[in-house]
Parts: sequence; C-alpha cells; structure tokens
Amino acid sequence: MEKQKFDYFIKTEKNNWEVIIGLEVHAQVISESKLFSGSSTKFGAKPNTQVSLVDSAFPGMLPVINQYCIEQAVKTGLGLNAKINLLSIFDRKNYFYADLPAGYQISQYKNPIVGEGSLTLDMPYGSKKVGIERLHLEQDAGKSIHDLSPDNTFVDLNRSGVALMEIVSKPDLRSPDEVNAYVKKLRSIMRYLKTCDGNMQEGSLRADVNVSVRKKGDKSFGTRCEIKNVNSIKFMEMAIDSEAKRQVELLESGKKIDQETRLFDTKKNETRSMRSKEEAHDYRYFPDPDLLPLKIEQNFIDNLKKKLPELPDEKKDRFIKKFKLTSYEANLLVSEVNISKYFEEVIKNSDIKLAKNWITGDLFAVLNEKNLDIKDSPVTPKNLSSLINAISSGEISGKIAKKVFEIMVETGDEPNKIIKEKKLKQQSDPKELEKIVSKVLKDNSDKVLQYKSGKEKLYGFFVGEAMKLSGGKANPKLLNDILKEKLRK
Amino acid sequence: MSDFNKSSLSEIVNLIKSKKVSSLEVTNHFIKNVEKSKKLNSFITTCFEESVKNAKQFDSKKNFDGLLSGVPLAVKDLFCTKNVKTTAGSKILENFTPTYESTVTRNLWSEGAILLGKLNCDEFAMGSSNETSYFGNTINPVGKDLVPGGSSGGSASALAANLTPATIGTDTGGSIRQPASFTGTVGLKPTYGLCSRWGIVAFASSLDQAGPMTKNVEDCALLLEAMSGHDEKDSTSINKKNEKYSKNLNEKIKGLKIGIPKEYRIENMPKEIDSLWKKGIDILKNSGAKIVDVSLPHTKYALPTYYIVAPAEASSNLARYDGVKYGYRSKKGKNLIEMYENTRGEGFGDEVKRRIFIGTYVLSSGYYDAYYLKAQKVRRLIKNDFDKCFKNVDAILTPSTPSSAFKIGEKTNDPISMYLNDIFTVPVNLAGIPAISIPAGQDEKGYPLGLQLITKALDEQKVLNIAFAMEKSIDFKQSLNRWWE
Repeated sequence: MEKQKFDYFIKTEKNNWEVIIGLEVHAQVISESKLFSGSSTKFGAKPNTQVSLVDSAFPGMLPVINQYCIEQAVKTGLGLNAKINLLSIFDRKNYFYADLPAGYQISQYKNPIVGEGSLTLDMPYGSKKVGIERLHLEQDAGKSIHDLSPDNTFVDLNRSGVALMEIVSKPDLRSPDEVNAYVKKLRSIMRYLKTCDGNMQEGSLRADVNVSVRKKGDKSFGTRCEIKNVNSIKFMEMAIDSEAKRQVELLESGKKIDQETRLFDTKKNETRSMRSKEEAHDYRYFPDPDLLPLKIEQNFIDNLKKKLPELPDEKKDRFIKKFKLTSYEANLLVSEVNISKYFEEVIKNSDIKLAKNWITGDLFAVLNEKNLDIKDSPVTPKNLSSLINAISSGEISGKIAKKVFEIMVETGDEPNKIIKEKKLKQQSDPKELEKIVSKVLKDNSDKVLQYKSGKEKLYGFFVGEAMKLSGGKANPKLLNDILKEKLRK
Repeated sequence: MSDFNKSSLSEIVNLIKSKKVSSLEVTNHFIKNVEKSKKLNSFITTCFEESVKNAKQFDSKKNFDGLLSGVPLAVKDLFCTKNVKTTAGSKILENFTPTYESTVTRNLWSEGAILLGKLNCDEFAMGSSNETSYFGNTINPVGKDLVPGGSSGGSASALAANLTPATIGTDTGGSIRQPASFTGTVGLKPTYGLCSRWGIVAFASSLDQAGPMTKNVEDCALLLEAMSGHDEKDSTSINKKNEKYSKNLNEKIKGLKIGIPKEYRIENMPKEIDSLWKKGIDILKNSGAKIVDVSLPHTKYALPTYYIVAPAEASSNLARYDGVKYGYRSKKGKNLIEMYENTRGEGFGDEVKRRIFIGTYVLSSGYYDAYYLKAQKVRRLIKNDFDKCFKNVDAILTPSTPSSAFKIGEKTNDPISMYLNDIFTVPVNLAGIPAISIPAGQDEKGYPLGLQLITKALDEQKVLNIAFAMEKSIDFKQSLNRWWE
C-alpha cells in the first residue's frame, strides 16, 4: 500500500496547530483475587458480595501483596520492552470518598514496578514508536451508585481493592487515530500476555487523556488538560478532537489554557471543567508503612521472560516472512491474539492465501455483522479449513463455497456434510460437461455462428448458460477448456 | 480460696496445671477484684459471663498443656476481640464489635487464656496519661490523684491493682514502658515485627508493637512467648521460629557489656532519677557485667522525629473512621463532606485531632520533604546510632521515664511537656528494637520508678535475662492498701 502523509492538525485561518496527547491507561489485572486481599475479582457479582475485611478497611486489617499480580505487572512490562525495577514501593494516596473505605488508595508513586518502555504503532504513514513512561500497580476503588435513589448514594465495594496497572505513555501521540492505534496495540499486547482482558464495557480498560496544543513547528509543549476516565476508544477520539479545538479557540482569541482536570460529556461532545489546578487534591503520598518495599529477583524476571508468548510484533514478522503476507495483511491477522490463533489453526492443513482471504473477508464480515469475537465464531477453524480444502481440491467452486459458507454460519455444520446434503459437489466429469456444452451450443446455434464470425463477446454468454444448466456446479476451468475446444471446431 | 493477689502469672498457671485450683476459681477471684475496683476506671468493657463459661469449659478439658492454661486475662482495648466491643478508647468506635480476633489475642486464647475484659487506654493510643480516653481517665492504684501513664494506662492500672494476673499493651513511643514505670510493673516492647499487628487498631504502623505487661520478668518471658510469632497476614511480621523465652530465662549476665548513653543524661533531670540510674549501674557491676560509656548522638532529635512520623501515619490510618461503614456517624450534615466533618469532629477527641492536623500538615505537598522525608532520614540516623552501639555492647541501660507518675490534669493543657515524658522510650520505637522497663525503686513520695534495658533487634532473650538478674538484686516491693476497693 502506498504510504500516506500524516495530516492531523487543527487548521485555522492563521495557523496549523499540532495536538500533543499522552495517555494514562488503567488496565485491570487478570487475577483470581484482589491486589491485597483474597476476595474474588469476578465481574458482575451481586453488590458487596466480594468484599473482605481488608477491602472494607476494618480496624486493624492489613494488606498482603498478591504475588500473582506482581507477575502480571512484570509480564506486561516485558511485553512493553520496559525496564523492570528490582525495587519498588507502595505508597498511600490519601483522599476521602465514600467508595474508598480506607481513606487512601494503595498505589505506587515515586518508585513504580516498571520503568521506561515503548510500543510500535503501524500507521498508514509508516510505523511509529510511542514511549512508555512507567507502569505501576494500584488498587481500584469501589463504585458509588447515585441513580438508584433520589436521596441516597449506594456503594458497591466489589471492585474495591482489585488490581490495576496504570500505564503512562510519554506525550508522543499526535492524533485521535494514533490514540486509537495505541490503545488497540496496548490491549492486544495485554491480551496476548493474558494480563488484562481489555474489556472496555466492563471497565477493565479505561484512560485519562492528557491533551495540549502547540503551533506546528514549535518545540515546547503547551499547557495541558487532563480528561478523566474515558471508557471507550471512540469517546477518546471525540474527546481529544473537541478538547484540542477548545484549546485552539482559546489561544487564538488571546486567552490562556488553565491546567485542569476535565470531564468528557459524551452527549454534548464537549469537555467541561471538573476541578482547577488550585482545587486539585493534595494526595499526601507517603510509603505505606504496612507494606515492605517490593523486592524482585532478576531470576524471577528471567523466568517470566522465558515463558513469554510470541507477541504481536514478532508474530507479524514471522507471518510476513513465513507466509509471504503483506504488512497490512499480517497486521489484520495478528491484531488480536484470538484471530492469529484462528488463522494458524486453519493453515495447519489448508492453503495460506485462501485462508487469509476467507478470514479477513467473509469471516470478518460475518463476525462484524453479528458482533462476535472470533473465538465465538459459528465457523470453527477446522470447518473453515475443510471448506478451503474443498475449494483447493476442485470439489466445489469459489462461488459454491460462498453458498456453503453461508449455511455454515447459520447452522455451524461441517462443510462436507453440507456439500453432500445439498448436492453442491462440483461437476468435474468431462463427459457430463461435454454433454452440457453440446446442449448449450446446439440450443444457441445462431449465436455460435455470430461468435465464429467474430463476435467473441458471446463467449461469456455460453459460459453462463452452461453454468446455469449445471446448477452452478460445473468446474469452471474444465468447462472453459471444453467450451473453447468445441467452439474451435 | 487462695489469695491470688500475691501470685504471679507463672504461679497461677502452675496451680491450674497441677489442678490445685480450677480456672473457674481464679476467674471468679479476678472478677470480684474488678467489680470492687470501679473507682480506678481501668476497664472499658467486661465480659464476665463469657469468662465464667470459658473457665468452666477449660476446667472440663483434659489438655492443660497451654502456656497460659486457664488464666483469665484482660487486654488493652486496642486489640480487636471477636464479638466483644473494641473501642480504642474513642467515641468513634464506641459501639464497634469486631467479627474477628486479633492474631496476638488469638495466640493467647490458643495457649489456654480466657478473656476477662477490655482495658482503658488513651484514644487510639495517643497519650501518655490515659487522660485522652473517651471513657474517662484511669487512676493509678499507687495514688488516687495519679495518672497510670499511657497509652496502656488501663492495662498498667489493672495489673498493679491485681485486676488481671498479667496483661498486654501496645507501645508506639513508650505506651507499655512508661505506664509500667509509673505503676511499678514490668513492661516489654518487643522488636518491631515480633508480634503481629493484624487486628490491632492502628496508630502508627511503622512503630506500633504489642507487648507483655506483667508483675515480674518471668511472667514477661512467658507472656511474650505466648503472644509472639510469625503471621502471614502482617507483611511486616518477622518470619522466624518461636523462641522459648521462659524456659531459657536465666540470670547469667557475667561478662556482658552494658552501655550507658551520655545523651540520656538530660538537663533538669530529677536527682532521684539520676540516683536510680546509678543504682542500676551498681547492680549490674555487682552481677559481673561490664559498664561502658556509649554515645547515641542523635538522641535529641528522636522526639521531634517521632512527632512527625507517628502523626503522619496516624493521619492516614485514621482516615477510615468516616462514618460510612461502621462506628459513629453524626446525624448532622447535608451532604457527604458535611457528614465527614461532623462525624470526625464529634467522634474524635482533641489529642487525636491535634495529631491528625500535624500528620496532614507534614505530608502536604510542599512540606513533605522538609518534614516527613527529613524525619525518615533522621530516623535512619537514630537507628544507625543503636546499630553502631550494639557492635560494642550487649545492652543499654537508661531510666524509663524522666519522672515518676504525675498528677491527673497536671499536663493536659501542655502537650509538649506531656510529649517529653516519652523522651527515653521513643528512640527505641524509631529503631525498631526491643526494650524492657522494670521497677527499680521509688522516689521520695514513694512513687515507683523504672529502669529501661535496650538490646539489638531480636535479642529479647538477652534483655529478659539481664532484667531477670537485675530484678533479683533490686528486690522491688510495692504494697498497695487497696484504697480503691
């Protein structure tokens, strides 16, 4: 594909404004139990049924770190090519809120478990490296529910204490598209690693978005605003666009940007001020005296490194080299771990090119339409592989295959069974095809004469008639051969 | 019925184990004592019905193996006790009944002890006189107008008045050793991490440590053995094998080197404290120990350091008392913020509020580096002082307090002079090392005075042995005429 040029600027009469974006992604760690207690983390349980004495901050209760969450954070760090810190410290972030039982959140402030790293985006204008500033572990808060009663707020502590990874990017992103690609890439890596399920509807992935603008060519950054807690990629894109435009408008009318925290109103498609810098909380961070500094052995990291699965970038390289795919095709197939698994399963016994086309074409269309994840696809990898093999062997034509595929989607049936039951097997017997061709030529002798006198366009007509007569089952290649032979006589 | 008022914890355990007396007899004796001693106000909660039931149940058992077989014990009301109200001396927890048992008390019950009740203490263990308790001040049995010290004042008072054969307290800056000194009893603050903090209402997490309070050193060894031990539920708990402190207790201290830190010779120290210290030195010399002058140069910074670190941690630890989940909630207030303000305004006493203010201040952005961070650095220097010292000496001897018990109300309006009471005890908490206070004499008014022995971390056996030897020579006697009954 031809490379496009990067072109996301807020353009006004006077200037082109560049948009600078940094993301703080909160990713819920996949783990059975919470970061500092044994309570379950399962989504969707009845309110306040997954709450221990620690999660609800009863007097004298103490946190004990969940070893598995540390593993998950380190794995994610390794997936982001990041520095793993052998010593990190848990701090208390102090603030009062009804869904924060202890009055502080245990987080990591000055000494996070993971330091600088990076990930690579494939943009239409080429690949782009985005810096990761840090990754740290912290507890989630509970949930305040304000809309159940006019007078009361209800609190659900099921989420209180669930482990989150906060992944902070450098201010390297320059457009909503890049943010889209960044979040998807990050999510993809975490899904490959099984460290976060990335399910944004369930809130297991959300982000705070930092936006500032500067005139194209300027070197220094402008004042930034932080848009809190945006929970879908689409909303992130919308929020950035509207916030950047707001900032440009202010600057062009000679006003200043106030550093502040803002909220995105999805209905009005605009951001509004939540609190100014002056109103910002003083979180009074200090090392949590209930927890010792977290020390990790190099050995522990090395062992995790050995067990790391193949990640999207490596897989993409392998697909390109081994299967002769284009970069674009490879991207489509590795973007989600389940897609790549499906693909690799199908090509175990089938043609790679056909597999690629069927998956990225017909299958993706069906999944999209039905809003399904590929792991829930009605067409199993094994069945798709059988279908492809039926095409390769000439048993059915590509056209018939589409019909079979439709039935497979509806019924989930095995393709050979469908071909047999519906009698869709390709007619490849030369004698039978000869009969058909002869009949077509005989029935249309006038057209045969026209053809022979130079009206070669009629060829397609003969093919169509013969195909019709065969009920669409004629082997196209064989049919062509016989037809050409007969017409030559 | 025997007069258990003269018996030590160890003696009572032996009497019960050898079936000379029943747990029920002992329990009833102490219940009677408690009932006659309301004037002291040393109990916040009693649970006599349960105690009697448990004593009877104990007597019907075949196995009397526990270290504390059938002994009734009252404990400081900072330990969460399952189904028994736990207040931390505060209005904000006035009606709080835990559904769980602290590790330390559970250890006691699994060694055969029986809960008698919960003892008064300064609110959230913040105080040196037991006067900050929401449930009123406790009186020192030594004299009706005297404070028992604090924060484990109820524990010290109940112990000295024979309302419990032994007890446990918590010590964040001297809260076991100072009241022990004021009441003529023995109190030990163990190495930080030796006793689990799980289930103890937190004051300052990096300093809090539970410890035994007893009539003599032998009891102290026994109770420490019973209450200590590794606990996976406390990340700061030390993972080591339990020691047999009582079995290994001996008075062989010949050849040990004892350091005398010159920095503890503070200005305006009462003469009687000085002579008590000298007396201690002489006793150690006579027992064959070597006396060495040592220096702990950063001692003078200990108190200011403590009054930054402890309130900082407290301000965060006490944030959970907000009226949302349990405990006191004010009925006033139109919204969440007002509910918080009223709940905490009405629920906490002045001293607790003072420390929350200090703690919030020193952690604030812009002040953190100047106060909290600096204090942590000084804390490290104080610990280094001790580490260096213990390369040359086995233990350090100091007075426990700069004075004997003071009068009720004498210092309530002067927090600084109240804080100065902890001047000899606080450095030990900052360093996380063990120290014991033993009664060593009386001042001219006849009020008890204590001496403090300090060792390096996890040297509890040594500190107990030295105290054991000194106790023999001192032969401290305190006879109280039970004026409060």
